[in-house]
Order: sequence, then structure tokens, then C-alpha cells
Amino acid sequence: MIDAMGGLPLGAWALFAQSTGSFWMPGEHSTFAPEVDRVFYFILAVCAFFFLVVLGLMIFFVLRYRRRPGVKPGKTATHSTPLEVGWTLALVAIVAVIFYKGFTAFMEMETPPQGCYEIRVTGRQWAWQFTYANGHVDDVLHVPVDQPVKLTMTSQDVIHSLSIPDFRVKMDLVPGRYTSTWFKAVNPGEYPLYCTEYCGDKHSQMITAVVVHSPGEFAEWLKGANDYLENLSPAEAGKLLYTKRGCVQCHTIDGSANPNTPAPSFKGIYGETHDLVGGATVVVDDNYIRESILEPGKKVRAGYRPIMNTYQGLVSDQEIVALIEFIKSLK
Amino acid sequence: MATSTADNPTRNYLNDPRGVKSWLFTRDHKRIGLMFLCLVTVAVSLGAVFALLIRTELTLPGPTVTDSPSLYNRFFTLHGAIMIFLFVLPAIPSSLGNFVLPLMLGAKDVAFPRLNLASLWLFAFGMAFFILTLALGGVDTGWTFYPPYSTGTPTAVTTAVVGAFILGFSSIFTGINFLVTIHTMRPPGMGWFRMPLFLWGLYGTAIIQILATPVLAITLLLLVVERTLGVGIFDAKLGGDPVLFQHFFWFYSHPAVYIMILPAMGIVSEVIAVFSRKHIFGYKFIAYSSLAIALLGFFVWGHHMFVSGQSPLVGMIFSALTFAVAIPSAIKVFNWVTTLYKGAIDLSPAMCFSLMFVFIFGVGGLTGLFLGSLATNIQVHDTSFVVAHFHYTMAGGTLTAFLAGLYYWWPKITGRMYGRRWGQIAAGLVFIGFNLTYFPQFVIGWQGMPRRYYDYELVTDIPFITGWQIISTVGGYLFVGGVVFAAVGLIRSLWTGARAPANPWGAATLEWQCSSPPPSGNFDQPPPVGDCYVFDDWEYDEEKGYVRVTKESEDVVST
Amino acid sequence: MPHDHDQTDGPPLAHHFDSLQQQFDSARLGMWIFLVTEILFFGGLFCAYAVYRANHPAVFVDGHHFLQTPLGAFNTCVLLLSSLTMAWSVRAAQLRRRGTLVAMLGATILCGLVFMGVKAVEYRHKWEHRLVPGQARLQYWFSDEHDPNGVEPPKEFLPDREYIREHLEAAGYTDLTDEQLDRRVANLRTFMAIYFSLTVLHALHVLIGLGVLTWLLLGATRGRWTSGHFTPVDLVGLYWHLVDLIWIYLFPLLYLIH
Repeated sequence: MIDAMGGLPLGAWALFAQSTGSFWMPGEHSTFAPEVDRVFYFILAVCAFFFLVVLGLMIFFVLRYRRRPGVKPGKTATHSTPLEVGWTLALVAIVAVIFYKGFTAFMEMETPPQGCYEIRVTGRQWAWQFTYANGHVDDVLHVPVDQPVKLTMTSQDVIHSLSIPDFRVKMDLVPGRYTSTWFKAVNPGEYPLYCTEYCGDKHSQMITAVVVHSPGEFAEWLKGANDYLENLSPAEAGKLLYTKRGCVQCHTIDGSANPNTPAPSFKGIYGETHDLVGGATVVVDDNYIRESILEPGKKVRAGYRPIMNTYQGLVSDQEIVALIEFIKSLK
Repeated sequence: MATSTADNPTRNYLNDPRGVKSWLFTRDHKRIGLMFLCLVTVAVSLGAVFALLIRTELTLPGPTVTDSPSLYNRFFTLHGAIMIFLFVLPAIPSSLGNFVLPLMLGAKDVAFPRLNLASLWLFAFGMAFFILTLALGGVDTGWTFYPPYSTGTPTAVTTAVVGAFILGFSSIFTGINFLVTIHTMRPPGMGWFRMPLFLWGLYGTAIIQILATPVLAITLLLLVVERTLGVGIFDAKLGGDPVLFQHFFWFYSHPAVYIMILPAMGIVSEVIAVFSRKHIFGYKFIAYSSLAIALLGFFVWGHHMFVSGQSPLVGMIFSALTFAVAIPSAIKVFNWVTTLYKGAIDLSPAMCFSLMFVFIFGVGGLTGLFLGSLATNIQVHDTSFVVAHFHYTMAGGTLTAFLAGLYYWWPKITGRMYGRRWGQIAAGLVFIGFNLTYFPQFVIGWQGMPRRYYDYELVTDIPFITGWQIISTVGGYLFVGGVVFAAVGLIRSLWTGARAPANPWGAATLEWQCSSPPPSGNFDQPPPVGDCYVFDDWEYDEEKGYVRVTKESEDVVST
Repeated sequence: MPHDHDQTDGPPLAHHFDSLQQQFDSARLGMWIFLVTEILFFGGLFCAYAVYRANHPAVFVDGHHFLQTPLGAFNTCVLLLSSLTMAWSVRAAQLRRRGTLVAMLGATILCGLVFMGVKAVEYRHKWEHRLVPGQARLQYWFSDEHDPNGVEPPKEFLPDREYIREHLEAAGYTDLTDEQLDRRVANLRTFMAIYFSLTVLHALHVLIGLGVLTWLLLGATRGRWTSGHFTPVDLVGLYWHLVDLIWIYLFPLLYLIH
């Protein structure tokens, strides 16, 4: 068959290959994955048993008791209270066991232990933002191995949902409230992270990765992660931010129009004069770019709708400068 | 009635009276049912077109049918909304139910014929709003209309929601009519527990239609008000709560699942008994389980929100109740299979589709256990596992039962017999196609494939995903092909089919005691009421079909 | 068999019923079930109300200052009176007293009209201070300044802040900062959304009731309901009582909360 791994747009995604479990199951890479899978296999066994017995009997009866000339249907009981009560009680017992197993495993998933490493998650159309204790914001979720991690999540616009199949983790991001989930990764590596609540045109691209760092490596990564603002030129740092903060989802940098999420391309706009909705005009300068990042609905370019959300509190001044320099550099 | 001319009267409900106006303003439940049947057929065809567009788009990674995700989002929204509101909800109660219910009671009509007509008009009106939605470029919220997405998107949400609102009233009116008819118009001799099980199914359905639909109506109304006036009941930015909408929505929409399945179960109960020539096994348990499903169905809505951040305690309660509602469904299945024991099973198309229902609904019900169990729900929530599960129950379940019912009552509705082979081949195609379409989705769903994805190019860690998707698409075409084959077989019978006798299946429910098709007033005199699952009066003859072996004149006199 | 639906002057038994008793039972049961759906319909709104009240109690405390409690109380009395006259109408129909029936139906309609009149006065007051939900969008939409590109309406279309400030001061909330006032305006907006959703829907039911009552009155003058066939009067009575009952709940929930 066609190799689904071929022809990927981003080479990094090929790394996901290592996270693959078996042909049927995703890998078990968090502490509660084996527990969830035990519940899964138990239910599967119950299902297989009932399916085979009931369907087996049905098929047997259909073959055995096909209508034949001269053969009249047998006279059997039309009801049997002991039989009905019997199978009802059996069903009650079985579903009670399934419920109990599912519930106990779930309680573990719902109760974060003491001493979790906390990361804040913000969902927006269509990007993930993971904010660390030191203020670093990333579009990829980096976590340490063998340490419980708690995610406190909210959304800026519509409902999203964070799903990491290899960890058996999923939780909605709801605007106006905080939700949380936790996990403890057990194997270093890179695993996919999906948005599973329909959120609009780029729902199927709201995918990123969880990088599980081996012991010690995580602290090092976190220390170095913010350094690009110091180490790179502002324009280069801005280019990085352009993807990391999700500008890339709507604004192109090659002058082409994004057909699905209409937003002005960044190419060559610096210094241009634009018409605004409502008739005024504005020169695209440092102040206008800054204002458009922080209060996007204030001056909307003619021909566009005010669909962008504010980045207030999500970008630092230094990062805004880097983005301005980056836009400047796009001649 | 026994003579062949009386079996096929020249004047029947189809041609007496004639004229377009006599149809549009009819109060005859049979005509209303038939018009409902035509409308839901149009709707299901439209929904199927969108289904194939979705499947084709997902065949290969990257753009396939369209390079616009926005268009794809409209496809799946319209597919869902049309199939739910215009097909699976009304398909069995409003069309077949309307036609059969008064006949099964030996009555001349439903209790409120004018309300019934209003229900039809409202349905057509609501459908017009859906067409208008299409004309305005469609809607892209998903059929669940979750805010704040639905309050922010520029697509035609308002017309779609108003359409669903109107359809809700059509459903309420049908529910009121059925409930009152069953309560007050049962003939002497037909106690509650001598009613055909299809009527128990419709009774349970009516309860849900009456108790749940108003809540949906008010929810949708609030959504429209919110969207047009910016009111802020569901919008977090204005102090509202988007999860409240989900509670309201599922308070209706989960019971609505049972609106779709209870009448389907009723049909299967009738067909399995008739075509195995056996008294239905465990009548009371099947009847009570319909009621149990209808009532328990109201207390499980929270299982749609296990990952919405609700408290674990709430999750636990809803999970437990969800398992409770699984029990009556399983009881029905056990009773159906037991009914087959020592029968004289005739694999007519109606029976094929009914047995298929047991298989497909069985798979759907059992996979529901994975979703009801909290720990495993997290993994499969909002993945294609859920898509497969609800298609096995609602699409597979309702559609196969609808087809079973259509094959079963077709001779009564049209007065024509269809080709058995056509129906059996259609059943085979639907069975193979359906399972090919949805089984792969269980596999990739468990592995994490999110639902409502336009593209899976970036979903790279699922082995063989493209292979599964191709199998699913091929299955989808086979499935639709099978349904089209069934439709062609039925429609050609209108010209080529033999005239149907009054009781072609040797069944014992009252609708088979009037001619095929029935006269406008159904029965000249009230038909004698007997046990509707005793088939001793009729025996199968290789040449003549089912023939009466007892003297019916005695029955007539005895009334 | 002839398919005859025509209304005749004799006993109005529809062709599909066996007896008048069966017909009457069906109609009454149908009406009761319809009333259940109505209760559920409003139940959804009451539920939204309860959730809101629990989550944002301040919204309701702030909001009720802006309702005219005396007018609400007056309307409550009017509707209670109309329930009495409606019950009297049903009795009159059963006793076949045409004159009393016409008088009582007339009185019921009069009460309904008075109720709607008072409601109109209240709504008008809200409109003048731009407190009606969606009013800003609506007025802006039809104004000359409207810009089709979907920008929010400018300030002069939004609720009357000065009026709100004055009113709150009169209620004892003095020295509100701009930020506090913003919060109150937002609260008021939500409260008005709930107030209007509930009362408009209720008013719509009163209007429908008035329509049906007028039809009854016309029939009553011709003696249609006083010859033994009083079912329509009976059913409309049930409906009217429900509409009253909903108001009995709405009045304290909206006007009298603290």
C-alpha cells in the first residue's frame, strides 16, 4: 500500500516513527497508558465473547432453522422470566466490572500527584503555545521524562482539545475557564500532539509535538530555549517567532494570499500605506505593527475581517521588536 | 377482503381523491407518511453525496476533492446536519410510523390529523431552511453548533439553526400525536401489553420527542439570539459559558439518539417474529426495555463531555448511567436471537436487513462500552473511533432498520411486490460496504486519529493509515451503491411488481387486515384484535405464498 | 369509503374517533402534553437562569435595579385576575351560559391587552436607555454610519453609561470608578439578555393566547361553545393558566431578587 510516511512537508515529523506502538496500538509512553490498555483489552475480551456467542447463535439459528417445505416452526416458550432475569443480572454484573475498571483508571488520570512540573497551555486558531515557568513560550511541548507534568490550559478563541495518543491524554481547552490534565512520560523521544476538537479551517494542521527529554537534558534545554533572542539578530529571531507564535498560520511571507484565512501577507508591507476599514489610511511602521499585534481589531486593513486575536501578554517587547525587524526584512 | 379484488381495490388512499391539492392539504396519515418518506429520501440522497465527498477527500493524504479545508468543513457539517435532522430523526417515526401506527391500532387516523399535516409542513419548511443554508454557502460548525465557534464563524449558521429549530417542532407535533393516539385510540381488546412492539418503540420515541426537543428548541433559539444580537449567554468574552451550551445540546441530542434507534428496534422486533414464524420471545422485556431506554436516555448526556473539564464525580455518575442504558439494549438483542430458535426462517430482504441490524447494532453497542468506560473514553474521545461507533449505531442501525421496515411495509404502502433477489443483493452490498467503511475507523481512531480532520498528511504515526482510509472510501462507495441498488429494486417494482395481497407475509398485526394499498378510511369495520405474534392462521405455500388456513369469517362475526 | 372531513352543525365528532368521549380525552391529553413541552421550553431558560445566578450573582443584583417593580407587580395582579375570568369562562361554557361566557372572555382579553400595554411601557423605557440586547447592533445597522465590514458599533449606540451610573448611585452604589462601571455595564448587558429572552418569549405566548381568545370570543357570540361542545374553551383555559403561571415565576425571579 501507499507509504503514509513518505513525502512529508517537515522532516522533523519523521521522528514520530519511533513513537509507533504495534500495528493496532499506539505506543505506551506514559505511566497510565498500560493501565488504560488493560481496561481496553478487558472490554475487548468481553465484546469478543458476547459478539461471538450472540452472533454465532444467530447465524447458527438462521442456517439450522431455514424455512423448509413442510417443516413447521417449533413450538417453544414465548417467554421465560428466569432466563430474562438471569441474563439481565449477568449484564449488570459485567457492566459494573467494566465501569469500575474504567473509573479507577480514570481517577488516577484525573488526580495529579504532588510536585508536578507545571506548564501553561494556550490554544488559539491554529497554534499551540506552551508557557514555562521562566516565561519562555514555545510551540512544541517539551517535558522531562519520569516527572509528572501538569498542564493548565485555556483557549483564546474557540474550544480546542489537546490530545497525545501515546500518553492516552486528552483534555479540552475552553475559553473563559482553565482546565487541566497531567501525565508522566516514561520514554524520551518525540510524540505527536493533536487538536481533537473541531476548531476551524486549519484544525487538521493544529498538530505539534511533545518532546520528552532524558534526565537532566530538560533543564538545559529550558535554559537555552530563550537564548535565541540574545544570540540571533532581531530579524532572524523574528523569523523564528513567526512560526513559534503561529503568525505563519494566516500571514504568508511570499506575497501570496492565504485563501482560507484571509490575512495580509507580510512581504513588502513595511512602509506601505494601507486603506483601513472605515475609510482612514495608515502607514505600516513600527507603531502600527506593534498595535496590530496587541490590539488587532483596532485598525483593520480594508478588505479584511477582524478575525485576529490579541497577543497581549503572550509576546514580550523584545519579541515584538524582533517581529518588526523580521517584517522589515521581507522586501 | 379475502377475494383478490378486495385485496387490491381500484380506489385506495393513493388515488382517492385525486389532485395535487388533495395531497398538500390531506389529513390522511398514510399520505402524510408517504410524503414524509419522499422528503426523507431526498434528504438522505443529499446527505449521501456529502458523505462520499468526505470519504473521497480522505482517501489520500493531501488535497483530494478540494484544496479548501473550509469547503470540506462545510461537507461534514452539512452531511451531519442533514442526516441527523432530516433523515435519521424523522425517517422511521414520521414516515413509516405515520403510515403504520393507526393501521396497527385498527384506527382510521391519528388523534390529530391537522397537527399531523402541520408537522409535515413544518418539516418541509425546515428543510427549505437547510436548502437556503446550502444556497448561502453552507455552514462549517459541525452539526453540534458548538459556540463560540458557531457564534463567530461567518458561514450561514443562523439559517441552519433556524431550520433545525423548525424541524424540532415538526418532531414535537409528531410525538404529541403518537403519544395521544396510542393512549386513547387502542381498540377494545388491545391492552398495553398486546400492542405490537413497533408501537412500543414509537411510544418511547414520542416520550423523548416531547420531553427533549423543547430543550433543544430553546437552546437553538438562544444560539440564534446570541449570534445575531451578541447577547452573551454562551460567550466567555461576555461572561457566558460555552460548556452550558454543550449541556443543553446533549440533554436533547443524546436522548435524540434513542429517537433514532427505538423505532428501529421496534421494526426489527416485528420483522424477526414474522419471518421466523415465531412468537416474539420475551415480549414484556422488550416493551419495558423500550421504556427503560427512553427514560435512562435522559440521564446520560454528560458522557459527551468527559474531556470538557467537568468534575470527575460528574463523569463517574454519567459513566455509570451510560452503562445502565446498555443493559436494556442488550436484552433486546438476546430476545431477538432467542426468537429465531426453532423458527421457520425466511431470508426475505426485510429479514436480511433486520438480521444485519442485529449484527451492526451489536458492533455499535459493544464499542459503546469503550466510550462509556471513563479511562478508555479519554483515548477515543473525538477520534474516528467515535465516528465509527455512532455510524454503527445510528447510520447502520437506523438505516438498516429503515430499509427492513421499508421492505416489510412496501407492499402495504404501494400495493406492489418487489423482487426478492434485488433486495437480498442490496442487503449483501450494504453489509459488506458498511463494515468496510467503518471498521477501519475503529482502528485508526484508537490510535488517535482525530475526527473532523480535512487532511491527515501530518498524522504520521498511525501505521497503514492511508491503507485504512482507502479501504474505508471503497467501502463507502459500496455502501451507497448497495442503498441505491435497494432503491432501484423497490422503485422498479412500482411498474414491474405483481399486485400485493393484503397480507403477503402472513403477519398478525392489524395493518395487514386492510387491503394493499389501504382505502382512504383504512378499515370498513374495526378489525378483530388477536395476539399480534401468533401466526397459526397463515401458512406458507411454495406457489401461493402465505395462505390463510383458518376461516376468517368467524373472526369477523366475532367482533 | 367516503373521506369526509367537513365540519357539520351536528355533534362535531371527527371521522376517526369512535365516540365524543374518546375525542374529548384525546384533545385534553394532547393539550396537557403540549403544556409539558411548553414547561420544558421555558425550563431550559430557567435552567440557564439558575446556572447564571449561581455563577454570577452580581449580575442579578445589579440588574434588578433597572426593572420597574411596581409595573411588574401590577402586571402580576392583572394576569391573576385574567386567570380568574378565564376559569369563569370555562365554567360558563360548561353551564351553557352564552352571555357570561362572552363577558368573561372579553374580560380575559382585556386583561391580556393591559398586560401587553404595561409590558410595552417597560420595554420602551429600556429602549430609550439603549439597554435592549442587540439594540446597538440593530440601530447601527440601520444608521447612516453603518460600515458593512463588520466593525463593532461605535459608542453612541452602546448602553447609556450616564443613565446607568446615575441609576446605580440612586441605588446606593456611589463613587464607581470607570472600571467598576464597565463591569456593571457588562453585568447589566447579560441581565438584560436573560430578562428579554424570558419576557419576550412569555409576551409572545400572551399574544398567541390573545389571538386564540379572540377566536373563542367570536365563536362565543355565535353560541358555538355553549351547546355542549366546550372543549376549545377548556383547552385554551389550560393554556392561559400556564402562561399566567410562567409569569408568576418570572416576576419574583427577575424583579424581586436581591
